[in-house]
Amino acid sequence: MTVAALLALALGTYAFRLTGPLLHGRVELSARIQQLLSTGAAVLLVALAATSALTGAHGFAGWARPLGVLAGGVLAWRRAPFVIVVLVAAGVTALLRAASLR
Amino acid sequence: MRSLFRTAGHRLLRDVALVCLADGVVGVSFGALAVAGGLPVWLPVVMSLVVFAGASQFSAVGVALAGGGPIAAVATPLLLNTRTVPFSLAVADVLGKRPLTRLCGAHLVTDETAAFALAQPDPARRRAAFWTCGLSLYATWNVCVAAGALAGKALGDTGAFGLDAAYPAVLLALVVPTLRDAGTRRAALAGAAVALAATPVLPPGLPVLLALTGLLATGRRS
Repeated sequence: MTVAALLALALGTYAFRLTGPLLHGRVELSARIQQLLSTGAAVLLVALAATSALTGAHGFAGWARPLGVLAGGVLAWRRAPFVIVVLVAAGVTALLRAASLR
Repeated sequence: MRSLFRTAGHRLLRDVALVCLADGVVGVSFGALAVAGGLPVWLPVVMSLVVFAGASQFSAVGVALAGGGPIAAVATPLLLNTRTVPFSLAVADVLGKRPLTRLCGAHLVTDETAAFALAQPDPARRRAAFWTCGLSLYATWNVCVAAGALAGKALGDTGAFGLDAAYPAVLLALVVPTLRDAGTRRAALAGAAVALAATPVLPPGLPVLLALTGLLATGRRS
């Protein structure tokens, strides 16, 4: 990761955040665009969750990580608090590895 | 600052503290994973200060650690952050009137601060909620990422603590409320299937971008 890439990410992100204060009162996003942005974000987040849960540098990530993430995901679906979701996912994965399940 | 906290109220302060606790855990895991993966300590620390968006930071570092190119390492996290556009429009009125305050406030627009602000019933409390949550979260996130980065070398094998499961779990926790909508769920599942199928054959970072084809599976428009 180069410094130029880091700067591009920081400036781009800040530009998105500035659109509200800059355009406030002048532009309304149409319902269609808002829907598309929100569905697009959901698609990216789920794809990232799936690939980062299941795959590593050398293909399949092994069973411990996806099972831990699955436990966290079930708790999230049942509206558990954010911190519980994260701690359970990490905890289950750590326990499975301690029990020598990769 | 004290009057801000008074307007915010006890219940809000407790909720903000809980979100800070959760994001703190995630921040530690982000710093530790980045450094354990071989990045220098300053990179996750500076990135947290200037980007301040958890999911996109993880994806940038993930692509970088997997050996992806700079374009892929920037494109995916930037696309993820397009969701701050509607948020920043929604909270624009709570950022205040002074140009400098607005410029600083804009940097604090995240999923969490927007959600807290928009849940409040009147403008004064929206403003108090946004700034209380934003400033607390900015402080917590950066301190915890730095702590995680410094601990990353000492921890050694972060896998033994299951830290690699924290990031996907965070993403799921973020996205689950929107998945209760059937159209969004179809699009997300189709996108994830495309990304997983493409992972063995495409360079790191690109499969997730390809997942956007899942939008075609949304079906109805509301």
